Parts: sequence; structure tokens; C-alpha cells
Amino acid sequence: MGQFDKPFDAIVVGAGPSGNAAAYVMAREGLNVLQIERGEYSGSKNVQGAILYSDALEKIIPDFREEAPLERHVIEQRMWMMDDASHSGMHYRSNDFNEEKPNRYTILRAQFDKWFSSKVKEAGALVLYETTVTELVKDLSGKVIGVRTDRQGAPIMANVVILAEGVNGLVGQRSGLRPEVGADTVALAVKEMHFLPRETIEARFNLKGNEGVVIEAMGTITKGMTGTGFLYTNEESISVGIGCIVSDFATSGVTPNELLEAFKAHPSIKPLLEGSEVKEYAAHLIPEGGYKAIPQLTGAGWVVVGDAGQFVNAVHREGSNLAMTTGRVAAETVIALTRKREEMSAANLADYEKRLGETFVMKDLKKYKGIPELLHRKKGAFFGAYPQLVSQAMQTWFRVDGVDKVSKEKAIYSNFRKTRTLRGMMGDAFRLVMAWR
Amino acid sequence: MAEDKKPAPAAGGRAQTKKELPEHFKAYKHVWVAVEIEHGQVHPVSFELLGEGRKLADKRGVELAAVVMGDDRESLEAAARAAFEYGADCAYLACDPALKHYRNEAATRVLTDIVNTYKPEILLLGATNLGRDLAGSVATTLQTGLTADCTELAIDEEGSLAATRPTFGGSLLCTIFTLNFRPQMATVRPRVLAMPEREEGRQGRIVEVTPGLVEDDIVTKVLDFIADRDSDQAQLPYADIVVAGGLGLGSVENFQLVKDLAEVLGAEYGGSRPLVQKGWITSDRQIGQTGKTIRPKLYIAAGISGAIQHRVGVEGADVIVAINTDPDAPIFAFAHLGIVADAVTLLPALTAAFAARLRVNRLAS
Amino acid sequence: MHIVVCIKQVPDSAQIRVHPVTNTIMRQGVPTIINPYDLFALEEALRLKDKFGATVTVLTMGPPTAADSLRKTLTFGADRAVLLTDRYFAGSDTLATSYALSMALGKIAEEFGKPEIIFTGKQTIDGDTAQVGPGIAKRLGYNQLTYIARISEVDLDAATIRVERRAEGGVQDLVSSFPVLITMLEASNEMRRGTIENALGAARAEVVTWNAEAVGIEDLTKCGLRGSPTIVKKVFAPTARAEKAEIVEAEGGVDAKAAALVEAIFAKAPGIEGDLLELAGEHYV
Ligand SMILES: Cc1cc2nc3c(=O)[nH]c(=O)nc-3n(C[C@H](O)[C@H](O)[C@H](O)COP(=O)(O)OP(=O)(O)OC[C@H]3O[C@@H](n4cnc5c(N)ncnc54)[C@H](O)[C@@H]3O)c2cc1C
Ligand SMILES: Cc1cc2nc3c(=O)[nH]c(=O)nc-3n(C[C@H](O)[C@H](O)[C@H](O)COP(=O)(O)OP(=O)(O)OC[C@H]3O[C@@H](n4cnc5c(N)ncnc54)[C@H](O)[C@@H]3O)c2cc1C
Ligand SMILES: Nc1ncnc2c1ncn2[C@@H]1O[C@H](COP(=O)(O)O)[C@@H](O)[C@H]1O
Repeated sequence: MGQFDKPFDAIVVGAGPSGNAAAYVMAREGLNVLQIERGEYSGSKNVQGAILYSDALEKIIPDFREEAPLERHVIEQRMWMMDDASHSGMHYRSNDFNEEKPNRYTILRAQFDKWFSSKVKEAGALVLYETTVTELVKDLSGKVIGVRTDRQGAPIMANVVILAEGVNGLVGQRSGLRPEVGADTVALAVKEMHFLPRETIEARFNLKGNEGVVIEAMGTITKGMTGTGFLYTNEESISVGIGCIVSDFATSGVTPNELLEAFKAHPSIKPLLEGSEVKEYAAHLIPEGGYKAIPQLTGAGWVVVGDAGQFVNAVHREGSNLAMTTGRVAAETVIALTRKREEMSAANLADYEKRLGETFVMKDLKKYKGIPELLHRKKGAFFGAYPQLVSQAMQTWFRVDGVDKVSKEKAIYSNFRKTRTLRGMMGDAFRLVMAWR
Repeated sequence: MAEDKKPAPAAGGRAQTKKELPEHFKAYKHVWVAVEIEHGQVHPVSFELLGEGRKLADKRGVELAAVVMGDDRESLEAAARAAFEYGADCAYLACDPALKHYRNEAATRVLTDIVNTYKPEILLLGATNLGRDLAGSVATTLQTGLTADCTELAIDEEGSLAATRPTFGGSLLCTIFTLNFRPQMATVRPRVLAMPEREEGRQGRIVEVTPGLVEDDIVTKVLDFIADRDSDQAQLPYADIVVAGGLGLGSVENFQLVKDLAEVLGAEYGGSRPLVQKGWITSDRQIGQTGKTIRPKLYIAAGISGAIQHRVGVEGADVIVAINTDPDAPIFAFAHLGIVADAVTLLPALTAAFAARLRVNRLAS
Repeated sequence: MHIVVCIKQVPDSAQIRVHPVTNTIMRQGVPTIINPYDLFALEEALRLKDKFGATVTVLTMGPPTAADSLRKTLTFGADRAVLLTDRYFAGSDTLATSYALSMALGKIAEEFGKPEIIFTGKQTIDGDTAQVGPGIAKRLGYNQLTYIARISEVDLDAATIRVERRAEGGVQDLVSSFPVLITMLEASNEMRRGTIENALGAARAEVVTWNAEAVGIEDLTKCGLRGSPTIVKKVFAPTARAEKAEIVEAEGGVDAKAAALVEAIFAKAPGIEGDLLELAGEHYV
């Protein structure tokens, strides 16, 4: 059992984007890394829309475009505000996005993560699949010195454990490193993959080659709950999903599945999915508490990265890039300490937080720190009344029916006044802007 | 077999897609069926194959022959007579004490010898445990092609055997040829082909072959045989009426409703594959591509969605009745009769309705 | 004792879809798995290892990605994994497959000792032919034991093995001598999980990788498409039946529905009523 004698330089718990980034960077720099993933393979348990933001990955694997399984690069973004029958919104499409190194791609996590994991192995890390870390092993001083798994056998030792276990973060929780995630700081998203022939997708969305479209939607589709819907084009499939804050589901009694069915049946969405075959259905949590929900990130012998640290920018639907960045930064911290032969003590590992503060991760999360709360508090307005009003106004304005434009303006105005929301809406818009700043 | 191949072969293989039968294969003629006999009993699949073999032989204008192997002359002669009545023109009869029980080594040696001596162009076997065990060894010994588990056999314009079988887990079918080797071998599962009419008194000639086996040369020995009649193995393939349940029943307790209906109808009962995986039924009761193929007069499927793998196992039924809560369930695309209903409540009512109806009929007669 | 288990990495066919329009296979994202039947064979081999002490070598012929499946067998407790991979093997039918595998098995015997037992699964879920096992046995001159439900006895000194074989209409109690090729029946056992030591060992292990040349294949015409006597000429989706089911509808409760269904069945199959009386009669005398 010689292999158990010498502790690993680092054990990474989880093989999502954050864990893979951390394990890859450390292994590449020659550290002796063990990564443990409970799924059958990296990506088997993971769900994401999914949009990959190039920058974060480029900082880890600069020429990833040459081999990573990417679906389509995004050239068009649609932001839809929906009521039950219509949508209004904004479109941005630009040929500039057909650049040599596109900025965003749609991906299928199962394939992408598998590829990323193969890079981790190539870099020299040992990767165990179908193995769940059940608990952290601590020494008498409380320092984390290894992990125990659900497989028979002795615990495995390491100088530091990187918790990249995703939003639930059960290992960290069970080991008393951090509190349970609150029902009002996580969203539950459900998602389906719809198969459609390539040509159909391209014709339906006006695309050629590997161009792709992203639709983000909010409004009455979430039945008054805080949440959003999305639709992404992949090469031969469409990802469609919707998610809301968990505590909202609890109070409304609406099931995520009902919500998704209604979203797919919406007259603006239905024709986009026509004739498709559903391939898979999945549900997953997204941490949406933002800056204020970030738990303690380091301690003696441990570091938290990715969703486990609540690193998601809900406003911009960014998660995997924060995950990869936090994974990379944690790895760099560990590498520096290992090289200097320094202890993985709480004080030394705190350097990770300092380094993070200089990245977009902390800066962005800080900037939007008020928004999750605001949207949640005013959900009736943001996800019910406003979209309906906007939609009614649009319809009044665009319907040509012999009514003169001045009267139309008045009708719209009085409609807003009747529901006494004009002031509320202005106020909320103001609050939103303030939170945004 | 050959499922990994794409329909359009790569450049290197193109030559073989044309028929260029080597000279020494040109003597290969006639269609053969290796008749399966165990414990004096002919497996019905052999008769089904003779029915199909007759059609192929007629199309080719050649003879149909049966190969009967065993240790008991009387039962072999009876089997040969039955083969004639099901369409064979000729029977190769191999009688040897070493053929008492089926054993791969002995059977392979005998069948290979007969093939090499009498040269058939087509050789068919049942896709039973015996047939698959034997066919694989014979084909390897003869270095020829073998297409397993065919669902359809035909002769193409060039006179070659076109063997169609499911591929990719049953979601697709493919047609396979053995153009440049002889014999062309295929196996077919019981009940995939219809049972032919038996023509009483039809005659044929018997060709004796001498296997000349030496028991001491055969390594594997049969110590015992425990027949299924002593246990309660299901006899699904040849049942006239089959009632089956699927996941839609919701629980193993509800599966009892299927058994109740089967009992009243004197039917066999079975189920879809997930029920086997859940342990609700034993694997000998699984219906479908990887279970049993059935061909009953009446098949009632309750709470079964009708996946392609299930479908291929039941399509030969005369009347398929589907009970399903989902009007869009795929099973309605191939069932003859359907009812959109909750099987859990409908099944007891159906059992009662059948019972009442049968009681009235009995009184009337 | 040296035991070899042949496994195949197959697409999880439950997840394959046929394109509704073009009738081609949509492979996008279809995961691969170890052929489920092969796991029964592997578990049986590991049980023999537990009992008698043995080295278990796992062999597959397939694309380089099949190394993943091989590695997984090591996490269950297999000792060594051999991958036979070469582009010349592409398009092999069962005859060509059993040829290549038997050559690899020859090399395994040379390098690591002659296996007393070779296991294969009953059949694969993509090929479904159950021919590769018998093909290997024939080529190597191993005694062939197919559809084995149970291994009841192994006598290492006498080099004999006693098994229960699922035959038509019953179970054969057989005794044979090494070397043997066994194809295991499904549900004969359940795959174990493997310890953390197995998992770590698997992650560290090198998969032995051989190409055609390495196993001594000189005549490439016996391989792949060229070495396959069978030719797939056409692949197509099953045709849908023209008419859909006649849907029985009835007013009223479930009893009315049941009665209507019984009527409809007898109308559709007029002969069935007589059969029913015969089959079911005894319950009602
Ligand atoms: C529906 C949806 C859509 C999204 N869309 C986008 C998007 O478009 N763009 C974007 O950038 N982000 C998106 N996100 C967010 C993004 O998916 C996450 O931020 C990202 O996956 C976080 O990576 P991670 O590595 O921290 O966690 P995860 O990806 O959750 O990975 C954690 C891994 O750890 C493993 N694990 C957990 N516990 C254990 C244990 N005890 N032992 C061993 N292994 C364990 C898990 O199996 C898993 O593989 C979306 C999320 C959802 C749910
Ligand atoms: C290689 C391979 C081989 C396979 N071989 C076989 C095989 O041999 N045989 C086989 O059967 N399958 C086989 N399968 C599995 C097959 O693909 C399907 O998964 C399986 O047949 C589905 O079983 P089911 O219809 O019972 O369950 P489901 O597909 O879950 O269907 C349940 C049905 O019940 C209906 N239902 C629900 N509630 C009720 C109710 N209260 N009353 C009435 N209806 C209700 C639902 O609408 C649904 O249609 C194989 C798969 C693979 C990949
Ligand atoms: N490419 C392969 N590599 C290793 N073993 C195989 C391969 N193909 C088939 N086998 C073995 O042969 C058995 C029967 O396969 P098949 O004849 O395809 O049904 C399988 O269960 C495997 O054990």
C-alpha cells in the first residue's frame, strides 16, 4: 500500500469546470494531484445551458478552440420580456462575432467536461470517477489532511483539499466548514435538450455554419416567481430551460416541470421547437445569492472554488467562467505555497481571496451585490405586472386600427396609471440602476 | 453481425460488395435447415425455418434439405418425416451415440463434415441457445459469413441470400449479404417466422451419413439434464394468448392484475424489460428484442409504451391490444386496438368482463 | 490461474436516435458503456480470483477511446487491461473480430501466460450476435461453454470445471477441461464496486495497447472490412404500419370501457372466443 504513504500535494473534490481548472493548472505545474468525481465521468452529472465564455478558459488552455468540443459560436443575443401571448425585447446580432477567436460558444457540458477532464489526465493528475468524497479527514488541530470516500479502504491524504463540489457543497457542509445553502439564494433550473436537424436550426434562426443564437427571457413565464428562461442553439439540438428561486417554488406550489412545459408551449417559443425530439431532461441548482452569499472560502488545509463558493453572476448568467477562474486562482495559490514549501495554513491560503479580489470575479459580484435581493423582493412587479404592461403598450402602439396616435398614447399612459404602477416602475427602474452601478 | 459497418463500405472493401464467387464455391447448391432436436423433441423453430427455406429453395429452383442429428434412430426418422411434411425434399440423417445430448464439439464436427461433403449454398439454424452455439462454431470453422437473429430472409436479383436483422439496439434494420463465401448462414429466432402448413404424408429421401464420433475424443461431458417441465419456466413464444404489463403499472403489486387477467384467459403473462430489471418478473418472461419473440393470436399490453425493442418482439401477433393513459404512446402506432385508460383500474374490470362473457358462453354451449 | 475477459465498449443504444427525416443515426452525445452482458463475465472472473487466486486480464478490440472502458474494469478489480486497436480493424464482422481477438489472445498467452479460462459475454447489445465467443473458442481450440448460468466447481489440479448451462428446454450439468471459453448468462451475478485501492490502481495503470502488427497479424486481408465475409448493403428504419390502432371509446365508467374493449376484441378476432373457451374453460365449469 505504498501509494498511501506519501500524501498528495492536493486533492480536488469534483470534476466540474472549477475542479478541472484547478486540477489541470496544478498538474501541469508538476504537482501530485488527485481528483475525485462521483459521476461516471466528468460532465455526467452536470447541467448547464450552456454558454462557454472563452476568456476564462483561454487563460488556462490558450488554444482550446483547436480541440474542445464546441457547438456554435454566439453571434446573436435576444433578450425577451414575455407575457402570456407575446414577447417584446431586444436583439443584438453582429457579424463582428464571427471573429477568428469567438468570445462565446454554446457547448454540451457532458462532452465539454469530458474533454476538459481528458486534459487534466494528460497533464498528469490521477482522476477517480464513480467515487464520492464522503467526508474530510482532520488532524487534532482541525486542519484538513485528507478525504474519505464511499469506497472501501483507507482515507487518502493530501496537503490541501480543494472543494469544487458544486452548489450543494455537501462535503464542506458536513464537515462544518460552512452553512447549508439557503432556499432563497439558490435557483432550481430545469432544462431539456431538443434534437433538430442542423439545417432546420439554421433555417429557423437564420444562421449559417457554426453561428448560434441565445435567447434569454423573463416575464410572466415564471408565474410571478424570480427567475428566467433560456433557449440556446447547439449544433444539432436546442437547449431550452427555465429556473426560479427555490423558495419561490415552495411558496407558489408550481412545479419546475409545469413551468418548463408552459414555457415550451408559449406561442413565441413553440414554433422554434416544432418537430424536435426531446433527448434529455435535467434539473440542477444555481447559486444566485451573489456577493452576500459567499461563504468562508479558505481554512487550514482547504479552499472552496466554483459554485460551492456561490461564484455565479446571476444577472449575466455567468457561472462556468467564474468557476474556472476561481479554480485557476486557487491552483496558483497552492502552487506558490508548495514551491515555497509553505504550510497550507488558514493564514497562507487566505492569499487566494486576495488574489481573487483582483479579478473580475469579485469585482463583478460586488457590483451587482444588491440585485438578487431587489429582484426577489419585487418579484411580483418584475416578473408579472411590468412585462404585461410593456406588452400591452406595444400592442396598442403597433396595432393599426383607425385610432389616432395621440389617443393611443393616452390609452397607454392611463393603463399604466390605472394599475398605479408607473411610479412603482420608475422607482424600481431607479433602484435597479442604482444596484447595477 | 457486421453492425459496425457503414452502409457504404470504405474504398478498401468495395471489391467485395460485388459477387465474384470463387470457382470452388460454384458447386454449392440447395437450401438447408439444421433441425434442432433435444431429448427426442424437434424445436418448432426448425419447422418455421423449413417453411421459409421452402420459399427460398423454390425461388432458387433448388432442393430443401433438413439435417437431423442425434443418437436415437427412431426419433431421427420421425424428425425427418416431419421435415418432409413441412417441405423438405431430403434429410441428412446422422445417428451416433455421442450425439445423445447436444454438445458443441460433437455437433460442430458432424455438421461441418456434412456441409463440406454435400455443399449447401444456404444453411439456416434457429437462433436458440443451441442454434447460436452451433452456428458460431460452424461458421468459424468454415470461414464463412453468418447473420444472426434475422427477421426476414429473401433472395435478391442475383440469387444471393438477403438477410435482414435489427441493428443498433433494434432502432434500425440492416440487410446483410455473404456474397463471396459459401454457405451463406443465418439464424432466425423462434416465432419470428410463421409456422407453415403441414402436408401430411409428404415424402422425401433420407441420406445416411456416418459421423464416426469417438466419445473419448469429446472433452465435455453431460452429467445431468434438468428439464424445464420440472420447473415453472414460462412458455411465452408458443402461447396463444399473452397478457403483459409495463412500467405504467406503477408497482409490483399492480402487476398481479396482469396475472389475474392471464389466469382468466388461460394466457401466459410477461412484461417489458424494465420489469425484469426491477425484479417484478423473471427474465424468461421478458418480451422483446432481448427477451422472447411472441406470436400469439391475442396480445394485451397494459402500461407498455411500445419502444422499438419491445415492438419487434410482438409484431407477429394477430391482434395487439394496447392499454395506455397516453394517447400519443408509440404502442398505438402498431397496436390493432387501443384504449386510453388507466390500466390499474381497467384491468380488474376487463378481467371481470371477460369472466362474465365466458361464463355466458359456457352456459350457452 | 490466468483468466481473460473479453469486453466490448458499445454505444448505450437506449440513447441512440434515428433522424426522423434522413433516417440516419444521430450519434450526438450518445454515451458509451461496457456491454452489460460482459460485466456478468467479469464479475464471475473476479469471483474465481477471490476464491482461487488468479490474474484477470481484460481484453477489448476497439477504438482508442475504449481504453476508458478498460480502465473501468480495473476499478472493479481486474489486474491488467489490453487494448487491441488499429484502423485496419474498422468494419470487422464477427469472423474478422474473432480472428483479431484470437491473435491478441495468442500474444497474451505468450507475454503473460496461457489463460485457462476465457470469458465473453453472452452477446453484445450493438451486435447482438453471440458469435464472437464461439468464434474465438473455435480458433483457439478451447472447449466452448455457452449460456452458463453458474460455475459450480473448479478443480485446479485436475484442470476441470463443472457448470450449469442454459439449454433449450432445460439446464445441462456439464463438466469440461481447461482451457475453456465461457459465455456467461445475464443475471448470474452482480458487478462489484471495487475498493479505493482498485480505483487508485486503475487511475495509475497503463493500458497495454497493441496494433495488428504487435499481435503478429501479417495477413491484413483477414481484418476489418476486407476480412469480413458479410456485407451490410442497406441500413434503414423500420416502416411504420399504415393504419394506427382503432381506439375504443365508451361512455360511462370503467366497466363500460372494459365491456366495450371485450366486444372490440371479439369483433377484431372472431376466432378468439372459441380458443378462449378452450383455454380458459376449466375455470368456469
Ligand atoms: C440550467 C443551468 C444553466 C447554466 N448556464 C450557464 C451558462 O450558460 N454559462 C455559464 O457560464 N454558466 C452557466 N451555469 C452555471 C454553471 O453551470 C456553474 O456555475 C458551473 O457548472 C460551476 O462549476 P463547478 O465546477 O463549481 O460545479 P459543478 O459543475 O456543479 O461541478 C461539481 C462537480 O463535483 C462533483 N461532486 C459533488 N460532490 C462530490 C463529492 N462529494 N465527491 C466527488 N465529486 C463530487 C459533481 O458530480 C460535479 O461533477 C448554468 C447552470 C445551470 C444549472
Ligand atoms: C439494447 C436494448 C434492448 C432492449 N430490449 C428490450 C426488450 O427485449 N423488451 C422490452 O420490453 N424492452 C427492451 N428494451 C427497453 C426499451 O427500450 C424500453 O425502455 C422499454 O420497453 C420500456 O418499457 P415500458 O414500456 O414498460 O416503460 P415506459 O417506456 O416507461 O412506458 C410506460 C408506459 O405506461 C404508460 N402508463 C403510465 N401510467 C399508466 C397507467 N396507469 N395505465 C396505463 N398506462 C400507463 C405510459 O404512458 C407509458 O407509455 C431494450 C432496450 C435496449 C437499449
Ligand atoms: N470488439 C470486441 N472486443 C472484445 N470482445 C468482444 C468484441 N466484440 C465482441 N466481444 C465479446 O464477444 C461477446 C459476444 O459478442 P457478439 O458476438 O458481438 O454478440 C461479447 O459479449 C464480448 O465479450
